[in-house]
Amino acid sequence: MIVARNLTKAYGEARVVRDVSLDIPRGGITSIIGPNGAGKSTLLGLLSRLLPATSGSVRVDELDVASAPSDVLARRLSILRQDNHVTARLTVRDLVAFGRFPHSRGRLTEEDRRRIGEAIQYLGLDELADRFLDEMSGGQRQRAFVAMVLCQDTDYVLMDEPLNNLDMRHAAGMMKLIRRIVDDLGKTFVLVLHDINFASIYSDHIVAMRDGAVVKQGPPSEILQSQVLREIFEIDIPVHEIDGRRIGLFYV
Amino acid sequence: MPALRDTIRQWPVTLLLALTVLGALASLAFMTVGAKGPWSFVLPFRGTKLAAMVLVAYAIAVSTILFQTVTANRILTPSIMGLDTLYVLIQTSLVFVIGSSGSVALPPSVLFLAQVAAMIGFSGILYVCLFSGRAQSLHLVVLVGLVLGVLFRSLSSLMQRIMAPNEFVVLQDRLFANFNTVDTNVLAVAALAVLAVSIFGWRMIRTFDVLLLGRDTAIALGVDYKAIVSQILIIVAVLVSVSTALVGPTTFFGLLVASLAYRISGSERHALLLPVAALIATLLLVGGQLVLERIFAFDTALSIIIEFAGGIAFILLILRSASR
Repeated sequence: MIVARNLTKAYGEARVVRDVSLDIPRGGITSIIGPNGAGKSTLLGLLSRLLPATSGSVRVDELDVASAPSDVLARRLSILRQDNHVTARLTVRDLVAFGRFPHSRGRLTEEDRRRIGEAIQYLGLDELADRFLDEMSGGQRQRAFVAMVLCQDTDYVLMDEPLNNLDMRHAAGMMKLIRRIVDDLGKTFVLVLHDINFASIYSDHIVAMRDGAVVKQGPPSEILQSQVLREIFEIDIPVHEIDGRRIGLFYV
Repeated sequence: MPALRDTIRQWPVTLLLALTVLGALASLAFMTVGAKGPWSFVLPFRGTKLAAMVLVAYAIAVSTILFQTVTANRILTPSIMGLDTLYVLIQTSLVFVIGSSGSVALPPSVLFLAQVAAMIGFSGILYVCLFSGRAQSLHLVVLVGLVLGVLFRSLSSLMQRIMAPNEFVVLQDRLFANFNTVDTNVLAVAALAVLAVSIFGWRMIRTFDVLLLGRDTAIALGVDYKAIVSQILIIVAVLVSVSTALVGPTTFFGLLVASLAYRISGSERHALLLPVAALIATLLLVGGQLVLERIFAFDTALSIIIEFAGGIAFILLILRSASR
């Protein structure tokens, strides 16, 4: 369980995340949705220790994120951020291998190699495994980073817009893969998603943010309601039930 | 490119072996070619010079690569932090205040230690003030170093302008990297310092690789980013101070060696990059000194030869990255 209490992040006068208290249950997919500038990525940064909080606390199971040793946390929780720029010239396999660093400190064992191979295969990167990252498309690179994070094999995985740059096939494939990992291995995923329909179909729990605060949370059936979405995004989104799934038509 | 992939696997060993053999050959040539006096004089005399070159080559190569790793920038060298200019300032002030004859009379090992201490102290203060604060911005550290470097350079050139011409000639000679006047005691102290930071750094060599992924990913992978970066900056400060105090500033040499090492090794692993860079640096320095002594008959300074080559390499590097 990830427990955040009274989390605030301020840059000078601007409070980007204000007094957020949130419980993210163990197991399952929790999606964070909300308009641009709602503080979703900042919240993810605070939960994962990449950003120091101005005030408040975060606990991952028994570990306090601000004080626990970084390497212990790295075996418990992994995070994928939005823009991943690497100056070094690395191949996909090199990058994915870094996911094993928290476990083997850079000395790869047979077990590590097996897991690296698996992660590459899961993301359909076999053909590209020896290509350099700077010679690939944005979507391919995104999948390589996801493979690295999966390779880290942590109980909790935080991802900031994992569907960034992915085409329809790979976006749906990625969400199915995450669902499978969650169901088979009992892991906990926290995703920042822009497409409310992916959140609706694949998550167990949705957290909606606006202006740095959590305005609503609950199962997809409760969040995917026209009046709730209006409150979050300030637009009218008709919601239809198609094959038992709630779909918001935000295109019209 | 399946064939290329296979050769890459054996490449590291072959490369290290080849560079070691070349380095050994250059050293052998340096020790023996054109020896006219008795061996009992030639060997210790040239041996000291050779040891100084190997030490400086190692220090410059390792410090440049590590600095580029922490700053995630392949065209910076530690000289941007103003350590070279601090050295120039110290030398200029010495000659300015106590005169060329007075500064020549100072015991070399004391002078060396004082200079190294001043430079390490300077970088220490810079890091502690800027990096451990709330901002924690490495770019701020580099920027302040750059500005202080300009200040030191201006102060030095002011003093150089109002100095007597004879004094200035003595000073100028000291400001070019020079391996002909290295003191044996100083060399031993320098070697010890370099050895100490190397052992300190070797434990973390695999962690250096993770830094290539950037701050956020490194932290996500469990690296204590702030601690590692501070430690690397200290290692860099010691190495740069030692090499500068030993032979003087070498502006482009580190850049040349680092870019060659990335290109030749084709790897981003520090366990391979650092030895390759150190060997290339040794080869270039010893080879350059050999050319200087045997072909130009000491008519010029080694740093001129190296910086000429380094400057051209730098321009090529920029043109190449611009065309990509």
